[in-house]
Amino acid sequence: MNGRIWFVVAGLIFSVGLVLSGMTQPDKVSAFLDFAGRWDPSLLFVMGGAVAVYFVAQRLTRRLRKPIFAERFPEPPRSHIDAKLVLGAALFGVGWGLSGLCPGPALVSIGAGASVVLWFVPAMLAGMGLHHVLVERRRTTDG
Amino acid sequence: MFTPYSSLAGGILIGLSASLLLITHGRIAGISGVLGGTLAGRDLGWRILFLVGLVGGGVLFALIRPQSFPTSHAYSTVGVIAAGLLVGFGTRLGNGCTSGHGVCGIGRVSPRSIVATLIFIATGAATVYVARHVLS
Repeated sequence: MNGRIWFVVAGLIFSVGLVLSGMTQPDKVSAFLDFAGRWDPSLLFVMGGAVAVYFVAQRLTRRLRKPIFAERFPEPPRSHIDAKLVLGAALFGVGWGLSGLCPGPALVSIGAGASVVLWFVPAMLAGMGLHHVLVERRRTTDG
Repeated sequence: MFTPYSSLAGGILIGLSASLLLITHGRIAGISGVLGGTLAGRDLGWRILFLVGLVGGGVLFALIRPQSFPTSHAYSTVGVIAAGLLVGFGTRLGNGCTSGHGVCGIGRVSPRSIVATLIFIATGAATVYVARHVLS
């Protein structure tokens, strides 16, 4: 029993959460980012709810020796803030602001087949591939 | 339209999903990381299973509740492609997105994730401001 079904279950629950939260509606995301206009704070509630639950789970893992089906929990988060983090987050934010889409909602929306998603997802994959070719494969030391 | 209850409920489910992934298998539910690792061919087994659930859930929703997804949009095709490229490249460069940094990272009280989240919300807001209040 290696518990692999839980990967699928987690993905399914994630998709339900994204749809219910409104994150699959790009206009709703744009309304959250539109602080100067008619601001919709709903996304704050999405993140607040998600972070609160995850924070509790994260604390719980300190009392567990290991995950149920794996050998170890993830490494503690690094604290070093570098140019890649800042630039990467900045670029991601611009793309998110331009489209109202980020990776999770875009993937969940594939099933509905809207043209905006069908253009966005391949472009996103291309952007990821570009990073892999330009940055990851060139790295000779751990950066 | 402000939707506090469904947004909170959705957020709680997102948190539960990420918690489930963490406690069962010690993995982080950062979608950009899951995708990026898949493209790089790392640990394909669990990533593909998770993506099957994620995309499959969307397919099911499209069948039973199609109004959850937009049918039309105001975005130009060039703009959407540029946005996709920026999201894809930026999330890999910054090592996270709204779920990876915004949920899991902040949930772990990670300084990197808190900074990243503030930055992408700021540049996102700046982009929307320019698009809505300057250019149009």
